[in-house]
Amino acid sequence: MPVDAQYQVDAQYIDGTLVVRLAGDWTLDGALPDIRDVVDDAQPPASVTTVAFDTDRLGAWDSSLVTFLFETVEYARERGLEVHTDTLPASLSRLVALSQAVPEQETSDEQDAPAPMARLGEWALDAYDETLDALAFTGRATQSLVGLLTLQTRMRWRTFGVSLQSSTASALPIVTVISLLVGLIIAFLGAVVLQRFGADYYVSYLVSYGMLRELGALMTAIIMTGRTGAAFAAELGSMKVAEEIDALKTLGISPIDFLVTPRIVAIVCAMPLLTVYANMLGILGGLSVATTMLDLTYTQFFTGLLEPVVLADALIGLFKAVVYGAIIGLAGCMRGLQTGGDASAVGTATTSAVVTGILLIVLANAVIDWGAAVLQV
Amino acid sequence: MPASDSPAISVEDLTLAFGSFVVMRDLTFDVEPGEIFAIMGGSGSGKSTLLKHLLGLLRPTQGTIQLEGRRLWAMDEAERTAQLRRTGVLYQKGALWSSMTLAENVALPLQEHTDLSPSEIDRIVSLKLALVGLRGFESFRPHEISGGMRKRAALARAIALDPSILFFDEPTSGLDPVSARRLDDLILQLRDSLGTTVVVVSHDLESIFTIADRALYLDIETRTMTALGPPEALREAPPNPRVHQFLTRSLEAA
Repeated sequence: MPVDAQYQVDAQYIDGTLVVRLAGDWTLDGALPDIRDVVDDAQPPASVTTVAFDTDRLGAWDSSLVTFLFETVEYARERGLEVHTDTLPASLSRLVALSQAVPEQETSDEQDAPAPMARLGEWALDAYDETLDALAFTGRATQSLVGLLTLQTRMRWRTFGVSLQSSTASALPIVTVISLLVGLIIAFLGAVVLQRFGADYYVSYLVSYGMLRELGALMTAIIMTGRTGAAFAAELGSMKVAEEIDALKTLGISPIDFLVTPRIVAIVCAMPLLTVYANMLGILGGLSVATTMLDLTYTQFFTGLLEPVVLADALIGLFKAVVYGAIIGLAGCMRGLQTGGDASAVGTATTSAVVTGILLIVLANAVIDWGAAVLQV
Repeated sequence: MPASDSPAISVEDLTLAFGSFVVMRDLTFDVEPGEIFAIMGGSGSGKSTLLKHLLGLLRPTQGTIQLEGRRLWAMDEAERTAQLRRTGVLYQKGALWSSMTLAENVALPLQEHTDLSPSEIDRIVSLKLALVGLRGFESFRPHEISGGMRKRAALARAIALDPSILFFDEPTSGLDPVSARRLDDLILQLRDSLGTTVVVVSHDLESIFTIADRALYLDIETRTMTALGPPEALREAPPNPRVHQFLTRSLEAA
């Protein structure tokens, strides 16, 4: 039998039957014809009731032909035509039968996109629920902390130790680099601005005041949110996905006492320590700019620092560090425990821990600064 | 201890729902002490959701759950925790705490809820691991052992506190036929020797027919229970076509 290399298809009406003639090689390398293009050439007579196939000159075929036949059957059904699949080779008619074995699922779930106002309302309700959740979580963590302080619950020293190590010693390199550079940057800024007024001398005041009060704690907190807060969320999230959290609950062990409190206590202890270290390095960074760019001596630099800067500045920075630490721990652990059921949810939880953490830290920073301004410290 | 005549688990008019989406409604059944009770149904029929309710992890939308004659959600949190401590769970993938060794996994509930000394706990842990055939695996971590061993280790943890009710979430899923059979035997032996009430969520027919005294069928179409009884009896005289299909693995209705 001669076989055409390229696929061919046409349709003819013969005595009330639509005969679809298939010939040549049907492969996915060639184009995929549409039954509507094939049939629309001939106007259908009213008497057509069946569809049949002529496959005498059909060559090799793959999914391209099966796809065409599948669509042809759908096309025939829409027009109420009966399809004679027995006119196809046995393997093809079996595939067509298989594709028709289960009727198409009615997808009633498809909802219209909600109106903008409805979306706004839903968003507001979600935000409200989320705030309540966050408050409840904070409350439960506080309860657990009170239990710890009143010796009603035991400290999980191992979790505490591991978390403390990962949020202090292991974090030192990154904190070192960032604080040193932040100190440099403030000093550069100061050098440019202050030189214009001949006030070079005050660059050490600018650097130390900025680091101690604001940037030491803030930069450390942002680093630690990305490092430790994200790690908390990922650890607890993976445990949630693996049902390890459920296993704790069903054995009557509170996940808050067991997992959350030791982590929060660890980061709250770590943050002030890291902040003191970051402050020192920031001032060192400022010192290097002051002595090289501005020709200040070490003595001038430190005298300029010690005169105006008071202990309260450093203490406010440390107070902030404690608050930021609590925020990092709470946000990380809460997002971790809120993780959904699958692996991708862990990624979402981690992202959301970092976003929530940084947002709340900046908010807290503003509130504390405002409070300090009101109290004139 | 509960009164001996009250069922181990008693569920009445239970409706399970997530928000407005009802997973199952009108569930009423009792599980007798010492019974092996199977909860079966197709994928998505709410078996695991029902289990989470029986474990007190989710709160029912409607209806009551009693464990050993005490209403789960009428108790305060401390009482409920104490009641739930009398149940053990084997989760589908084991859910061993991955940062701890097998011995530490089994020891944790004992450390939390008993006044035993560390050396006494060690001895009990060794016994529990030996009972599930994991003698000598104390210092292994969950990722260092096979899936079947992990499930058995999780079973050792579940029986650490000598629970009166044991729950199994798809105990044989993901196991080779021999490991699955060994786990089934283990479940039967634990019931026979300790008198533990066992609730198994499963769609593994072979396992259900091997171990279950009675089975509950959750129907995904009608969203309620449509059969309750010994699995063999349900296979011989299925109350409805879908139970017949499920129990005989057939596509045709009876």
